[in-house]
Amino acid sequence: MNGQKPASVPILRLGDVLVTGLLDELDDKSAMAFLDELTERIAADAATGVLIDISRLEIIDSFVARTLSELTTTARLLGARVIVAGMRPPVAITLVELGLRLDGVETALNAEQGMAALGWFRTTVSGEGPHRDDAP
Amino acid sequence: MTPHDPAAGLTREWLPEPDAGADAAPRVYPVRTEEDLLEARHAVRAATLAAGFGLVDQTRVVTAASELVRNAYIHGGGGTLTIERLRRSGFRGVRLTVSDQGPGIPDVEAALTDGYSTGPGLGHGLGGARRLMHDFEIRTSPGGGTTVSATRWTQG
Amino acid sequence: MTATESAARERLTSALRDHDQDIADRWVRLQIEQEGLGAGIGEDELRGEADALLAALLAGLESGLPVSRVVTSHAELRGTITELSMRRARAGVTPTATSLAVLALKEVLLEVLQRATRDAEELFEAAVLINRLLDAAGVLSFDAYVSSREEIISRQSRQLLEMSTPVVRLWRHVLAVPLIGTLDTTRTQVVMESLLQAIQADEAKVAIIDITGVAAVDTSVAQHLMQTVAAVRLMGADCVISGIRPPIAQTIAQLGVDLSEILTRATLADALTEAVKITGQPALPTGDAVRR
Repeated sequence: MNGQKPASVPILRLGDVLVTGLLDELDDKSAMAFLDELTERIAADAATGVLIDISRLEIIDSFVARTLSELTTTARLLGARVIVAGMRPPVAITLVELGLRLDGVETALNAEQGMAALGWFRTTVSGEGPHRDDAP
Repeated sequence: MTPHDPAAGLTREWLPEPDAGADAAPRVYPVRTEEDLLEARHAVRAATLAAGFGLVDQTRVVTAASELVRNAYIHGGGGTLTIERLRRSGFRGVRLTVSDQGPGIPDVEAALTDGYSTGPGLGHGLGGARRLMHDFEIRTSPGGGTTVSATRWTQG
Repeated sequence: MTATESAARERLTSALRDHDQDIADRWVRLQIEQEGLGAGIGEDELRGEADALLAALLAGLESGLPVSRVVTSHAELRGTITELSMRRARAGVTPTATSLAVLALKEVLLEVLQRATRDAEELFEAAVLINRLLDAAGVLSFDAYVSSREEIISRQSRQLLEMSTPVVRLWRHVLAVPLIGTLDTTRTQVVMESLLQAIQADEAKVAIIDITGVAAVDTSVAQHLMQTVAAVRLMGADCVISGIRPPIAQTIAQLGVDLSEILTRATLADALTEAVKITGQPALPTGDAVRR
């Protein structure tokens, strides 16, 4: 819970894509620091895509929503496309009721689909083949 | 006996009454630091869980709490959050009361309108929190601080 | 308590002790004769109720509790009346008939006491006593009946809600909710919750909401429908609404929502075709798995 250091959230790089995630336990200052760091990394790594996994976020309030929107705009100005993946159903419902639509932010069901959208495929054909080994 | 005998159980008043179970006393949490905001969210989550709220209702109340305590922290210079668990005929509720001693809200109606903000980008805070809760009340006066009281109910 | 009052109580207690069979018989007969009072409940069951209630009444009177509180404070008596009322609520007997059945016991008890004493003052006290006891029982019965009905209704409506909003898997990564009947805010919220959960569980890419079977919606429901679409998109899936009837189209138009982002199709079949098109193509490098 003492997420005071800016580097508390890891940012991984896969080719042109930066992969990271948001945590519930992030306080506002750490969130802002994370945002700054991510922006710098987009520029430094010349990333074309950013995947933010939010499947562990239990709530999104207007502050987090605004953070995500701003990040999307900033990244776009720097030439990168941001995909926010894995929003939980209760979070989606609450966000909509709160009156926030995350306009301009692209979403994907999970990290895998988000990566696929950013040009990363598990196999050459993508996960749509008939023998997909998902759970019965 | 009269039908209004207080000993006659099965009272049907539509009034909050203390929960019969433990943990019913109102709890007060400080809203002074950033860590307090996280603590407040945890406490609200625990209260909604104890009140038997479903996952979506829990999320609604915790999100509303997050908006309200952040308002008190940023605009009101800090304050307190009081969490109460309520019970009224067939319903259980969680009431959040957030008080600060800040400058007050000059125009409450405007503050409840989406897009209104006097601080760092919180245009949806109050109006959004009101939409997530069933009962919502604001008391504010210039220089006299602000108290927001918001309750959400669930059946059962 | 005056002497006549306690004499009346003693008189009633011994009547219940000595003539319980007779009282029970008469009460059951009275309920059967007065049309509707015992409707929906068999004679055996009425008799069983009568035996239990009279035994509880006797126990209550013998407990020494003041008359004003005996019905509400004596656990057995209170429980017996509550149970009787709840059973009738479940059997579909009206609340009036339930209370009247309890009050009919007054008549029977008075008759029995009239045979036991000729003393006018004592008889008057006994009548007052019986009235106080059974009026309290009637009120308690009514209360218990109403609570029980409320519980039944809320349980049924919950079950009905869950049953009436099935999320079906139509195709790989395509889910559909066919909605039929009246949509209200609660039901729309249940739909939204179960749909989003199914999307997550199935990794669905498209959700179809078919409202062919919905005749009309009010603006608040239309608002909720639009919110459902928005929530589906936030989760990263697409949403197609099919079967919008003209009145619903008008209601949605009145909301002034921006429809440019909402996919609509005339029929469920058209919506499925569209959905398969969205999911069916091999994922393109530009990424169709993602909404913009």
